[in-house]
Amino acid sequence: MSRAKDFLVSGAVLLVSRLRRKPKLHGRERVVPTGAASPGWELVALLLLLAAALCAVGFIVVYVLDRLSHQTQWLGLSLGLSFVFLAAALIVTAKHLIVTEELEDDYPLVEYPEEQETIAQVVDESGSRLTRSGLFKLGLGAAGGAIGLAVLTPIASLGPGIDMDAFVRTPWRRGRRLVDEQGRPLRAADIEEDTFYTAFPEHADKEELASSLVVVRLPESELRLPPELARFPANGIVAYSKICTHAGCAINLYRTPLFKPIEPKPALVCPCHYSTFDVATGGDVLFGPAGRKLPMLPIYVDANGELRAAGNFDGPVGPSWWGVRMRKPENGSGA
Amino acid sequence: MIRKLVGFLDRRSGTAPLLRKTLRYLFPDHWSFLLGEVALYAFVVLVATGTYLALFYRDSTKDVVYHGPYAPLQGQHMTEAYHSALDLSFTVKAGLLMRQTHHWAANIFVAAIVLHLLRIFFTGAYRKPRGLTYVIGLLMLFTVLLEGYLGYSLVDDLLSGMGLAIGYGVALSIPFVGANLAALIWDGPFPGSPAFFSRMYIAHVFILPALIATLLALHLALVALRHHTQFKQTPRETQRKIVGVPTYPGQTPRSLGLLSFVVGTLFLLGGLVQINPIWLWGPYHTYAAENGAQPDWYLGWLIGALRLMPSWDFVIGHYTLVPNPFWGGAAFPLLVFGFLLLWPALERRFTGDDGYHNLLDRPRDAPMRTAVGLGVFTGVLLVFLAGASDRVDVMFGIGYSAQIWVYRVLVFVAPVVVGLIAYRVCIELQKGEEVERERKRAEAEADAISRRDQLAREYV
Amino acid sequence: MLFALALPGAASAAAQPQQGDLVARGKHLYGQYCIACHGANGRGVEPPVPNSAGAAPQRAQNQQNAAGPSLQGVGALAADFYLRTGYMPLREIGKQPRRNRVLFSEDQIRALVAYVASLGNGPPIPQPQPERGNLSEGMKLFTEHCAGCHQVVAEGGYVTGAVPPPLENSTAVQIAQAVRIGPYVMPRFSEKQISDRELDSIIRYVQYAKHPDDRGGWAIGHLGPVPEGLVTWFLAATALITVCIVIGKRLKSE
Repeated sequence: MSRAKDFLVSGAVLLVSRLRRKPKLHGRERVVPTGAASPGWELVALLLLLAAALCAVGFIVVYVLDRLSHQTQWLGLSLGLSFVFLAAALIVTAKHLIVTEELEDDYPLVEYPEEQETIAQVVDESGSRLTRSGLFKLGLGAAGGAIGLAVLTPIASLGPGIDMDAFVRTPWRRGRRLVDEQGRPLRAADIEEDTFYTAFPEHADKEELASSLVVVRLPESELRLPPELARFPANGIVAYSKICTHAGCAINLYRTPLFKPIEPKPALVCPCHYSTFDVATGGDVLFGPAGRKLPMLPIYVDANGELRAAGNFDGPVGPSWWGVRMRKPENGSGA
Repeated sequence: MIRKLVGFLDRRSGTAPLLRKTLRYLFPDHWSFLLGEVALYAFVVLVATGTYLALFYRDSTKDVVYHGPYAPLQGQHMTEAYHSALDLSFTVKAGLLMRQTHHWAANIFVAAIVLHLLRIFFTGAYRKPRGLTYVIGLLMLFTVLLEGYLGYSLVDDLLSGMGLAIGYGVALSIPFVGANLAALIWDGPFPGSPAFFSRMYIAHVFILPALIATLLALHLALVALRHHTQFKQTPRETQRKIVGVPTYPGQTPRSLGLLSFVVGTLFLLGGLVQINPIWLWGPYHTYAAENGAQPDWYLGWLIGALRLMPSWDFVIGHYTLVPNPFWGGAAFPLLVFGFLLLWPALERRFTGDDGYHNLLDRPRDAPMRTAVGLGVFTGVLLVFLAGASDRVDVMFGIGYSAQIWVYRVLVFVAPVVVGLIAYRVCIELQKGEEVERERKRAEAEADAISRRDQLAREYV
Repeated sequence: MLFALALPGAASAAAQPQQGDLVARGKHLYGQYCIACHGANGRGVEPPVPNSAGAAPQRAQNQQNAAGPSLQGVGALAADFYLRTGYMPLREIGKQPRRNRVLFSEDQIRALVAYVASLGNGPPIPQPQPERGNLSEGMKLFTEHCAGCHQVVAEGGYVTGAVPPPLENSTAVQIAQAVRIGPYVMPRFSEKQISDRELDSIIRYVQYAKHPDDRGGWAIGHLGPVPEGLVTWFLAATALITVCIVIGKRLKSE
């Protein structure tokens, strides 16, 4: 205990005495030239430093108080200003209180041919004991390459990189009911024209890309579906994937004219890049960058008047990829 | 005191010569040399505020119900990630300040990098012996864009999710391997498994920042090894002699002042100007979307390119060779980065100038570079502006589809026109200077003659 | 009766006794301003069919392809909405109606509304009670049904061929009316899909969204990245470049 005390005291004495010692004059030439004093600017810089300190303290006060309205604004203002004042003080210092020398120096050499040669020589000469250096390099290459590959192989665990089934799989099956976000079945009689409904497969994950649907009703006379989609609607009700085939955003814009003769025709629009899909023709692209029609889901009305899937989509859901036109989603449960 | 300290350090490391060299390293005189420093300081703020945010953020996609202080979201289902970001904005003291400062810092970081890049490009600073510095800088910019995108995505608000969906669409669109790659990254089709958020998180807070920091260190080391370039402002500056202010005492207060100003500006913005009010966007679901969703400004050129592309998948038989988003979301940025990477070599080929350059060109001194550079810049700028054409329609009533068509034409026409004009202007400026020089020389000559005559008369 | 009751404020009491008079005045105004597009007795006017041989019967009597939907059965709800937003009279046929200066006086609007209401058995002016609504339910419903077009903070947006307006100037009644009408290309949401109570919640949210919680500071429009980018470049970058210039000028100036 007392030893520690002694140590501390002697340390302090030593420190003080050293601080007091006057700087040695080495009798050397100045490196940095002298400049004229500017007490006015010195005062300005000091005031700025004081302002910076005050603002910083202000920040702590505001933080501790935590009662002000606009708390974030006061915090930002005090902390931001303290740094800005500090910046101003430093800039004043730079401009008026220190000597700004303008010096010249040589650019470094751009290359050192002698050193280059030595390095190359060292490497070249290091293999003098090898008799089949070509083969040896090949061996090193093979080992290095294989080890590199081996180390990278576990990356394959990150996801199903080869199996593309997941991209065409959907939760839709013939007979699966369409439900709303709360899980209530959609009834055909409740589906009205000129509006849109978001639907999901009953008892499935709503977040899966292939789950969500947008359901609209059109007068049957206005449907102009190609033959292969002719049986997809139920009483004028059509169901499309809600996911844009361009970049995967949710299509929750339904453009539907109030006065049909002169206003734009009904279409589903994606809000990301404004791909526009014709609801009357099976989801053809009317405008925007989407390169593929919107997948359509066949539906029917069951005995209870509720909407059910009559099969699976006519194409994969979501953005296009290399195999998107090669396979169609399968209808799991068959007829 | 300082002698003690230096002695202490030198005896243990032998670095006194290095330190002395560092202190007397010269910084040439031009404000545009400070743009890179601004970027550096923004990065410092990003690391500091980001570390703070990481102490509160949870990278979990677990479904939770919000019961926090923000009324409009009460009772809504959301991921734990979004919930933690909301808590940062509402319940963590100074959390919102840090989050907003972090976001502003990101925006300004990239802005400073782009300005720095423009300066480097148009003055030919990328030429030998600084080619590697330039390439590393470009790699850093690319990494930073990705880093920013991940930060935007991690919050998991509505905008985050829509951004991720688009990123997924672009990843899928890569020819031959897109779907496989996306399946690896997301662990299956979008929205992927919960592991995906952990992956984004580790990439955002560790892998990419570490990569950026490494590249940054290399970049700075190379700058120091090669010394700064300089403009020829007086006869003293030459290819062999650098003229400037030493690190200490001249440069240090200036750089510290700039550092303080950058930090101050960012905190002022972070406290006073609202950025990304995530509580207003609400949580993301794959089936939810809002109008006018945009990426942060530095990815605005991609949304513009995605929107300008006409409806078209490149299909051979049943094989989709190039799905649409590839052009705007991947090919276009790669093309721009490719141009920037290859330009130094192209320029060497065309001009036959393979020499070392410590002196910078002014844009007019290299009309071809200026013309091509401005042309490319104009193209990218137009695509960038096209990304906001929906807002322009809302605000000014200029039809969106009309704008898209105008942009589709302008993107090809305007760069050529701008390039030609720029070339012409450079040549004219050069001629003007030539005339000026000629005049000065003639005046000097006339002066000399008249003086001589006078002398002669006096003598007579 | 019904619509008279629904008129806002004290005016409703005064309007009641002169019902017939009001309708007559409305009819007169209708003849002056509306009949060209909406036809006699609000029957509507079909536009000429361009490529069909037997042109639409109305073709001869209309100048400049005037056309408009039937007003029979749209009720006071729609008439009140279109007149008070300045959507009608429409500047140009076929163009999206936009919020405009209201051309009619309060009396004229009441008369026109009364006349249109008398044309058929339509819905009255709704009386939403947003204060009964639930804010978080409103936000959820707004996100689901409205944000795709109107943006999630109701700042307006774009849909191919139309501009869903910002809702900053919409009154509670107008929001309720628009939801039920579906003006121009907007969907029409009936009470089956969005109940009056849910509508109250939506309106409460829209009213909240006019002045939402901007705890972050200056709101710069609640639009996210576009104005943020503008601030980055025009405010922050400018300030930083200025300081760079101040700091960077050091030798030659001294």
